[in-house]
Amino acid sequence: MRRVMRKLAQDRAAMLGFALIVLLVLVAILAPFLSTHPGDVSDFHTHRRLTPPGEANWLGTDRMGADIYSRLLFGARITITIAVVAITVAVLIGVPIGLVAGYYDGIVSDLLMRLSDIFLAVPQIVLAIAIAQTLGPSIENVILALSATYWPFWARLVFAETRSCRNEPFVEAAIALGCSARRVMVLHILPNISSSIIVRTTIGMGGTILTAATLGFLGLGPPPPAPEWGRTIAEAREFLPMAWWYAAFPGLAIFMVVMGFNLLGDGLRDVLDPRLRRAHDR
Amino acid sequence: MRTLVLVVNRLVWVAPTLLGLLAIVFFISHVIPADPASFIAGENASPATVAEVRARLGLDQPLHIQFVRYIQSILQGDLGRSIFTRRPVAEDLLSRFPATMELAIAAVLVASTMGIPLGVVSALYRNSWLDHALRIVTIAGLAMASFWLAIILQLTFSMRLGITPLHGRIEGWGPEQITGFYTVDALIMGDPEVLLDALHHMILPVVTLSLPAAATIVRFTRAGVLNALSSNYVLYSTAMGYPRRLIIWKYVLRNALIGTVTQIGLIFGILLAGAVVVEAVFDWPGLGLFAVNSILSSDYNAVMGFTLVAGTMFIVINLLVDILQGMIDPRERA
Repeated sequence: MRRVMRKLAQDRAAMLGFALIVLLVLVAILAPFLSTHPGDVSDFHTHRRLTPPGEANWLGTDRMGADIYSRLLFGARITITIAVVAITVAVLIGVPIGLVAGYYDGIVSDLLMRLSDIFLAVPQIVLAIAIAQTLGPSIENVILALSATYWPFWARLVFAETRSCRNEPFVEAAIALGCSARRVMVLHILPNISSSIIVRTTIGMGGTILTAATLGFLGLGPPPPAPEWGRTIAEAREFLPMAWWYAAFPGLAIFMVVMGFNLLGDGLRDVLDPRLRRAHDR
Repeated sequence: MRTLVLVVNRLVWVAPTLLGLLAIVFFISHVIPADPASFIAGENASPATVAEVRARLGLDQPLHIQFVRYIQSILQGDLGRSIFTRRPVAEDLLSRFPATMELAIAAVLVASTMGIPLGVVSALYRNSWLDHALRIVTIAGLAMASFWLAIILQLTFSMRLGITPLHGRIEGWGPEQITGFYTVDALIMGDPEVLLDALHHMILPVVTLSLPAAATIVRFTRAGVLNALSSNYVLYSTAMGYPRRLIIWKYVLRNALIGTVTQIGLIFGILLAGAVVVEAVFDWPGLGLFAVNSILSSDYNAVMGFTLVAGTMFIVINLLVDILQGMIDPRERA
């Protein structure tokens, strides 16, 4: 663990990514203190709508005259909630399925993997849009749609990794010592494949944030006045090319956060799992 | 032989996978809160009319019976009618298919011509400033929301500079439909003006789509070349005193690009997914825009039709990639 940290600390790109993620978390927590107009998540001031960036409104104002900088800070809370909860659920569904299907042979394993293939047979974004549309626009439903579409990635990964270490001597030894199947899976196999899961999860965060923003952009995210970044960009389209700041800054925020997770994931992969680097990229 | 076994093995699973996919989307899309029957019957329809429409469409039946009926009609080639366009879904999909393919093919071409050389250079000059710069650029390329990139490109090049069209495939009606690919149709008709106009309209959507694809190709090619460079046969050839140039062209690139070929196949699938959002921003009349519109208007026959087409394309692409891999890679033949 310490070795990993030390090697990671030498990777400047990964450290930049880590810094961006820390920044996101801090911004989300401290939003009420850092924002210049904390009330602007729901308040509007029509007299100063679409003001360009300046001293009073650092990043300009939107169609309601609300401060974009302040709304972006509060938007970080939505982004982080969606990404963390959706990924946690996806991991909690995908990892056990992958473990069980990889450890045992038989019809149940086949069926579980076929089920994940079915989910992987259409673009994730299409499935997510379909689910989110059916359930209606809300933060919970975005989370549900994302975890329902993303769990197969972890199931596939864990399945393949479990299969490849199922016949290793340390697993055979554990079985010979009389460990139960569950104990072998959780205490012996899982720790050995955890580095791939960590790498996949870090990179998966970036992808999930992008998909969540896309849902917001299409009007399927949390409803107004929630300051969701994707929805803000969609609102801004009406006011282009005049109010460029309206569309530019929320996109920049998404970019920085996703970049943070991708940089960290990239660095982690180099340190934790050199094999993955040669196999599938992303 | 091994390839043949693999293909047969895969083909056996195509039908069950598609069936499962349709089942999932069917059950998702039929829990729609908005009642399609009342939508079709019109806003002021009496409850009796709505019930009549519901019975006519079979919407009063239990869900599993509706599903069996739907599968039966698909097997007869009938995908139903779109509630929104009121045309057969199969016709709608077919007429929009070329627009998306044209975009995706162009994006793959652009992404490969940019990505492969950059990936090779990045690996050959590993840890140089160029390699580091490319690493940052590729990660950045994968971190941008494509709808945002599309809007920023529109803002800069269409609205501010006025050098590219804002949206659409062409000015006016477009060439006579022969293949549905405007560039190909313009070439067949021998109309350079239409060809240029079509290409002009393609610039921004293709740039938006190909940027993340190119980034993936760069990273994959780099990894492949590095892998080949560290192999024993390269070490051996170097020890034998072969010129480095020869080693790179003859041994390294040939071996490294096998992986890239398969990756490009998979990227093609990703591009079709990316088209969903990019088409929505550029008002590009392809499958993606159709999918977004039908999902947003709860047009369930259209959603199911699109799912079927997208799923089939994904499975076919993956299959082709495996076959191709088997043909190029001698290890797979053994």
